[in-house]
Amino acid sequence: MKKENLFVILTGVVIGIAALVLTALGNPANMGFCIACFERDIAGAVGLHSAAKVQYVRPEIIGLVLGSFLMALASKEWKARAGSSPALRFVLGAFVMIGALAFLGCPLRMVLRLAGGDLNAVVGLAGFAFGIFLGTLFIRKGFTLQRNYATKTLDGTVLPAVMVGLLILFLTVPTLFKLSEEGPGSKHAPFLIALVIALVVGALAQKSRMCMVGGLRDTMMFKDMHLLWGFIAIFVTVLIGNLAMHNFKLGFTSQPVAHSSHVWNFLGMLLAGWGSVLLGGCPLRQLILAGSGNADSAVTVFGMIVGAAFAHNFGLAGNADSMNEAGEYVVGGISTKGKVAVILGIVIVLVVSYVNSMKKQEAQKNG
Amino acid sequence: MVDARGYLCPMPVVMVQEAIKKDQPAALDVLVDNETAVENIKRFAAHSGYQAAVCEDGDDYRLTLTKK
Repeated sequence: MKKENLFVILTGVVIGIAALVLTALGNPANMGFCIACFERDIAGAVGLHSAAKVQYVRPEIIGLVLGSFLMALASKEWKARAGSSPALRFVLGAFVMIGALAFLGCPLRMVLRLAGGDLNAVVGLAGFAFGIFLGTLFIRKGFTLQRNYATKTLDGTVLPAVMVGLLILFLTVPTLFKLSEEGPGSKHAPFLIALVIALVVGALAQKSRMCMVGGLRDTMMFKDMHLLWGFIAIFVTVLIGNLAMHNFKLGFTSQPVAHSSHVWNFLGMLLAGWGSVLLGGCPLRQLILAGSGNADSAVTVFGMIVGAAFAHNFGLAGNADSMNEAGEYVVGGISTKGKVAVILGIVIVLVVSYVNSMKKQEAQKNG
Repeated sequence: MVDARGYLCPMPVVMVQEAIKKDQPAALDVLVDNETAVENIKRFAAHSGYQAAVCEDGDDYRLTLTKK
């Protein structure tokens, strides 16, 4: 084991323990952390969608951004940067969210689901890896969202400031928000405990550069497994925890907040993986970068929140498998509208990949 | 000289990889503006048979890669 990998492995272990603790304290099963689900819950809490079962001000999102912000300040890495195709990032963020919600989880929850024995996440992982592979093909052909530039400090502070505002409003005037009384949104760890845990995880993720997409991408492109070790550490830690607490259940059916519609698990995560690799990082990494002063990542996060609102306002998100009144097992999945949205997302990501790789191809043609 | 300022990973590493592949230089200067890129290029350099020396250059970082 190389010394340079120890910190990212330690971060993975801490994230794994944090996920187990948050689940034990009340978060939904296999959902200690889920960036997509939690941003979706925040979108619901502020009334951007009206799906009553998924509305809550998730302190994990607030803590991750502010933990990263504090760590970046402390280590003098905080820099206000912006200007790298913000509008495209907004759109890509929205479609990454639509893909993730079709699967019912971001890449981080995918790892937690794997460690809980949910074999649907294996299908999701296959789609995720294939999406990343497709993205790397375009990066090799010169894909870029162009460079960023130094910007005003205020610009780089927008997402941390929004999170502080959300925190203050929720603690002082909670009646402003819509909060689920049943369903996944109603299941949560105590607010302040979850906030503190997420602050620690956010700080460690900033310092270790933890990224679910980066691990597979760097392994494919440079044979560099550094970030993949973090991914593996989360999986192993949560697997051991689930086995010890008898929460490990191997199979495709009756998995918590999951469906066994294989094609759409695969394609949803293909879209999430491909979009994320173009964005330079997974949904967790976007939160961490936004906390470190990157306004482009803040725009991406806003795109993801709007994508979540679209997903629930237009019925695009996945529905978990369930039992009907006759006691029969009903396979969930996504609606026809959801399928159209995932396919449309894949087409849009393909177009963005191709168009933004053209400059280099033209330069090579012109000698 | 590779100027990767303003780019987040993996782009700085891709730019260095292409420069090495194209010319196999004995030495290569790289400019980046974030710590993550510094760490990633140092790892890539080590895997590619180069030693990396880093110095701060104002708000930026200058890496000098030298073939081992």
